[in-house]
Amino acid sequence: MITKLYQTLCRAVPVLAILSFSLGFSLSTQAAVNIQQWQTSQGAQVYFVENHDLPMLDMSVTFAAGSARDSQDKAGVAGITRYMMTLGAGGLSDEQISTRLADIGAEMSGDLDADRAGFKLRTLSSEREREQALAVYSAILHKPDFPEAVLTREKARILAGLKEAATQPESMANRAFMQALYGKHPYANDESGELTTVPQIQAADLRAFYQRYYAAQGAVIALIGDLTRAQAEQLAERLSAGLPSAEPVPALPAVTYPQQAVEQRIPHPASQAHILLGYPGVKRIDPDYFPLYVGNYILGGGGFVSRLTEEVREKRGLVYSVYSYFLPLSELGPFQLGLQTKQAQANEALQLVRSTLGNFISKGVSEKELKAAKQNIIGGFPLRLDSNAKILEYLSVIGFYKLPLTYLDDFNKKVAAVTAAQIQDAFKRRVDPDRMVTVIVGAEQ
Amino acid sequence: MSIRSLMLLLLCVPTIALANVHEFKLSNGMRIIVKEDHRSPVVVSQVWYRAGSMDEVNGKTGVAHVLEHMMFKGTKTIKPGQFSRIIAAAGGRENAFTGTDYTGYYQQLEKSQLPLSIKMEADRMVNLKLTDEEFAKEVKVVMEERRWRTDDKPQGLINEQFNRAMFTAHPYGRPIVGWMNDLENMTAEDAREWYRTWYAPNNATLVVAGDVKAADVLKLAQQHFGPIKARPLPARKPQTEPPQLGLKRVVVKAPAKLPYIRMGYHVPALQDADKDWEPYALQILSGVLDGNASARLNQQLVRERQLAVEASAGYNMIRRGREAVFELDGTPSEGKSVNELEAALLEQVEQIKISGITPEELQRVKAQVIASDVYQRDSVFAQAMTIGTLETAGFSWRILPGYPAKLSAVTAEQVQAVAKKYLTPDNLTIATLDPQPIDPNAKPKGKPSDH
Repeated sequence: MITKLYQTLCRAVPVLAILSFSLGFSLSTQAAVNIQQWQTSQGAQVYFVENHDLPMLDMSVTFAAGSARDSQDKAGVAGITRYMMTLGAGGLSDEQISTRLADIGAEMSGDLDADRAGFKLRTLSSEREREQALAVYSAILHKPDFPEAVLTREKARILAGLKEAATQPESMANRAFMQALYGKHPYANDESGELTTVPQIQAADLRAFYQRYYAAQGAVIALIGDLTRAQAEQLAERLSAGLPSAEPVPALPAVTYPQQAVEQRIPHPASQAHILLGYPGVKRIDPDYFPLYVGNYILGGGGFVSRLTEEVREKRGLVYSVYSYFLPLSELGPFQLGLQTKQAQANEALQLVRSTLGNFISKGVSEKELKAAKQNIIGGFPLRLDSNAKILEYLSVIGFYKLPLTYLDDFNKKVAAVTAAQIQDAFKRRVDPDRMVTVIVGAEQ
Repeated sequence: MSIRSLMLLLLCVPTIALANVHEFKLSNGMRIIVKEDHRSPVVVSQVWYRAGSMDEVNGKTGVAHVLEHMMFKGTKTIKPGQFSRIIAAAGGRENAFTGTDYTGYYQQLEKSQLPLSIKMEADRMVNLKLTDEEFAKEVKVVMEERRWRTDDKPQGLINEQFNRAMFTAHPYGRPIVGWMNDLENMTAEDAREWYRTWYAPNNATLVVAGDVKAADVLKLAQQHFGPIKARPLPARKPQTEPPQLGLKRVVVKAPAKLPYIRMGYHVPALQDADKDWEPYALQILSGVLDGNASARLNQQLVRERQLAVEASAGYNMIRRGREAVFELDGTPSEGKSVNELEAALLEQVEQIKISGITPEELQRVKAQVIASDVYQRDSVFAQAMTIGTLETAGFSWRILPGYPAKLSAVTAEQVQAVAKKYLTPDNLTIATLDPQPIDPNAKPKGKPSDH
């Protein structure tokens, strides 16, 4: 629905929204969540939290079927497969699927990133609503039809979106950045595919992709809400029983680091330049994960109190938003710094970001900064788990990346153990400021 | 929808919502609303001021939003930037927001940290230190925000022009972020004047939601906000929009690939939550057109006729300015024109006026209303936002429990009636985006001094 007229302006761009799917980082003991875990008879992993506070139920099913599984000549298959599954299944048309869900107030959504493809469902837990929602959800997971006419229509819509994105500086910068950073590695793949590849994609490609990557073995089922353990077991069996069987999905290739600095300047008549800098960052399971996470909070992750915000925005008024983040993936996800500023001051702002990062890496963090970072991350732990929706995301991440069941319980201990020396050491080893990728869209001529 | 489950929900929603909300008023006129929710050991604290862009005057547009930024620049006892550092050190997340109707500030914290938030919000309500130096830097930040949000985004530009065309007299026609020229000429004194005029306890509401006891919150509020003196507020004039005398059109040219159309009709906002029925009927109408993926606009224009790559409708009845818009928008498919999409959107409106809506459509929208009411309770932040929005617009949170029942009472005839009454050609404003090719050699537009 349109909400644009009623928009509000915020003091800062919620940069962390980018991280909400990939989630991240979290937790401790005082607000611990009681996670029950088991495997279905078909081999899907189940993560369940029983919670009867509200008469509702949230679930997700996640597969290793993200855009990194696309081949370069068929870029877009992963995203279109996931989306098309929701537009025709078990003989139900797209209209019937959305009508049946809407009739009971159920909400279905999905996500796709480089690693994962997921389907989320939220429904009232009363039996009639739950059963009707599950019938549709199961059909989508088990019997996608990939109807030709719908595929033709959706390809046209995706192409229109790609053409529009190719004119907008923010999306131009993102696409150029990922390609420059990852080169031939599949993390360079754009989730929407390419103008040249999308027209070639056929229903047979989607069926093959589905059979290969949507197996029960390796699927992660996350459940939270108004359900007993027995009901949860039954539900998980039902969700996994109709999934295809396939060989385990192979690991992705390792990411190679850039051998030299790359800088791309792409002209655009926008008033602001959009600047992105980066380097291959961190894996989800990585010995440097916590030092990099805590360090990045100090550098550019901690909202209004980060060094980047202090230097570039607070002291000089050069930008509205400047940030840095690590997006942890199965292999090295991006470490990215970003900002927008009017063209005439783009070079000044870029130099400032570079020197701030350079200083950060060469001189490390102070004990005072480290203490403040830990206070925020540890003290704010309960905010990470204050809704079923947030906990569901954690269940899915823990399951998909095979993090320990005690991940949330141990989180604060791991944060507390990080030292200033570890942060400096990790950044020095993992980020080479002389070999970074830089993309500037709207650079002054 | 089985009648039984519907009834059960309708019965239990009000009970739950009513049982845990507590309302107080301090002697200086500040209102305190507490929503107890003990599911998780967290609290959200929000201070809402009844001061937004609708209270600005020409030549000073954007000042409400600039002041919001300045509220983080220090008080008599807290240095610039320290507010955020103190909240961060307490494990908190914080931000602020400005709309047409309000300016709001919030902190999300572990529950034991609530006193810190209340104490610091009370401090900056009355002790803000607004220096020329900090202002000069921050207004540049806001100009960058405007470039990012509006000037370089086709959608942002068209929204601005659409609102401008929609409202001739009412302040909803002005951009929240302000015109660039007004920002360029704004002074620290403009911001100080805004602060002195509107930042008073009798113009503010504290909304706290989470794992707290209402009595404890009241005590904290009395301690910190209680000593702040009430001040006389300027008279607020209605600035009612005069009746529209015919179709209005505006065209925006901007670098883009796809065209876009946005259409709006003047319709009533909620005035009296008990007696009104038209706003609820308009809300249902918006759900019938765009409440789910199989609603009319997506099903017919995007899926079946493939005229549009997206099409939507919207209506928001809760507005302090008591002016509302029923909107339709869409992006034509490749090879289709905005004119074709405009005709198709108008045809959708005509179909409702001629043939009404089906019982299934009506029931479907109502089912979604009931479910959303449950879903919203998963987030304490969302609950606090709803209460704050209502209160700042001059309604009571007490209308919340009755809201699903009000919507459930809407009939198909009423939906048809509001469409006939308000969705008329002379009451329509249309803005279209005329996409321009990207010229990489073009210079950004603006004053020469800008580059």
